[in-house]
Amino acid sequence: MNKVPDENGRFGKFGGRYVPETLMNALLELEEAYRHYSKDPEFIEEVRYLLHKYSGRPTSLYYAERLSDHLGGARIYLKREDLNHTGAHKINNTIGQGVLAKRMGKTKVIAETGAGQHGVASATIAALLGLECKVFMGEEDTKRQELNVFRMRLLGAEVVPVLSGTRTLKDACNETLRYWVSNVNDTYYILGSVTGPHPYPMIVRDFQRIIGDESREQIMKEAGRLPDYVVAAVGGGSNAIGMFYPFIEDESVRMVGVEAAGKGVDTEEHAATMTKGRHGVFQGSLSYVLQDDYGQVQPAHSISAGLDYPGIGPEHAYLKDTARAEYVPITDAEALEALQLLSKTEGIIPALESAHAIAQVMKLAPTLNKDQIIVVSLSGRGDKDVQAIMGYLEGTGHESH
Amino acid sequence: MNLIDAAFEQLRNKGETALIPFLTIGDPDLATSVEIIQALEEAGADMIELGVPYSDPLADGPVIQRASERALKNKVSIVDCIQVAESARQAGVKLPFILFTYYNPVLQFGLKPFFAHIVEKGISGLIIPDLPIEEDAEVRQLAESADIHLIPLVAPTSNDRVTRIASNARGFVYCVSSLGVTGVRTDFHQGIEDFLSTVRKATNTPIAVGFGISSREHVERFAGQCDGVIVGSAIVRKIEEVLPLLLSESTKPEGLAQIRTFVSGLKG
Repeated sequence: MNKVPDENGRFGKFGGRYVPETLMNALLELEEAYRHYSKDPEFIEEVRYLLHKYSGRPTSLYYAERLSDHLGGARIYLKREDLNHTGAHKINNTIGQGVLAKRMGKTKVIAETGAGQHGVASATIAALLGLECKVFMGEEDTKRQELNVFRMRLLGAEVVPVLSGTRTLKDACNETLRYWVSNVNDTYYILGSVTGPHPYPMIVRDFQRIIGDESREQIMKEAGRLPDYVVAAVGGGSNAIGMFYPFIEDESVRMVGVEAAGKGVDTEEHAATMTKGRHGVFQGSLSYVLQDDYGQVQPAHSISAGLDYPGIGPEHAYLKDTARAEYVPITDAEALEALQLLSKTEGIIPALESAHAIAQVMKLAPTLNKDQIIVVSLSGRGDKDVQAIMGYLEGTGHESH
Repeated sequence: MNLIDAAFEQLRNKGETALIPFLTIGDPDLATSVEIIQALEEAGADMIELGVPYSDPLADGPVIQRASERALKNKVSIVDCIQVAESARQAGVKLPFILFTYYNPVLQFGLKPFFAHIVEKGISGLIIPDLPIEEDAEVRQLAESADIHLIPLVAPTSNDRVTRIASNARGFVYCVSSLGVTGVRTDFHQGIEDFLSTVRKATNTPIAVGFGISSREHVERFAGQCDGVIVGSAIVRKIEEVLPLLLSESTKPEGLAQIRTFVSGLKG
């Protein structure tokens, strides 16, 4: 099961490289460079050093006792990716890809961002490594995440508002790919999730697996055994695959991906790709896609700009179809409730993305007994979202579509 | 014989370069698309690319994106686009039709039904810009058995992939003139001449140049080095320009005349 993707970038039938010919050579070059450097001790050491000394890894695995007591069931552990430098798991991947870009001799990097976390992480690593950085962000998201836009600019990056299509993450990704097509010679594309054409889903997974690797080691030390459940939110799915991947061969560990149901899966305003999507090709790979009968990709909705995406990484599609992982929807309202509960019981304000995972834990934990363990990825902190949350809770919610 | 092959053979005998215009079907509406196709034929087009509007057009620049968005507002589907080919035939158009579509609409149609359908509606060629050779085996096989030419793209960045792509090409090889998405531009890739001659050496199939060609000067520049030129964004932009005229029955003939004049001016 761990032997995916194959040499064609396939996770079972999913994945692949569905991109314009102009990009094929860049993808092949990237794959070759990655295969080379991922075995190079100096490269591995530089990435490890930055993760530890710059970002502050390992992040803690924290036993959320008050939340566990409140829910009255399983013991809940939070993998504190929110404690990373820049406040989310996104830095793991940008450190890896940033160092790779530099080794490949690229002087410019580009990135797409929804909630802004990947954009901030990319701008950060670009500043650190002395690379020019341009971040594409849907115009709608620049409004939802003003603070992160400001952060990126402070870090020296250029933020390019995307005006096409839905003006959210989906179109920011399209625009980044289009820009890359034109500037492929000197520009490295730091892709932010386990989506897109091969080799990105593999590269991003490998850089994010540190979440699951550390969790595994920490829970073994803490509890002396593997967890019963690992839970993580999925938009594109990078934090979830990072958490899941090291547990894939541990059959006793159930893996739950939590996707955004927005205003409900029976409405048209959701981002529940696994629940409501079908197999399709979108932004370079074959996976589940929210689309109409004729293959037009449908706009997604979520309270969380980071989950507002009509696709999902191909490895998740593979885990779903092989029934190794399950994927469940959580609404905006449920996520808001979970966000408040975690804030009040543990003094931790989670990102809206992570609040979706907590909402699922609120449903799951009471059905389990006190000997059982849930490890949930707290992928990011809520600072970036407080303004939006304030709007929602005061009833002046900023509508995204 | 496939109509595309016949057209190139005829042009070769006359010593001419094929003019291959592109339009986004359904911009502004399906009936007008048929009329634009007629106008393109009258203006001297040798074959026509029928563009299927798509929500996420990775290979396209802003002009074609906008046309797609206009067509999608009218809920134009891939089925409608294929139907336009049949309607244009019924209206007397004789030119070969090449369907230009991203892969997902084809996949959702179902590959086998799709090929059965486009054969029935008189399509001769197919361009899928997000289906590189690594992914095209099944589509290529179905296309060959249906006598539809699956036309491949080669780019200046294709390097040693050029031979592999061009040597198996059917219909023609679509040579991307510059890095980047579709769109009118003033400069072409440095070394474009060398690139075209590399492609030329790799295959006996005709080669056509596209991406950024917008004027008679461009057409003349490439005429000697290739068998065809593809003009996309420039025509779509012209259609956008005369849109107000096309939207009213009384002014439509004037709008169509302007498109005709622009396209006949390209060929000289």
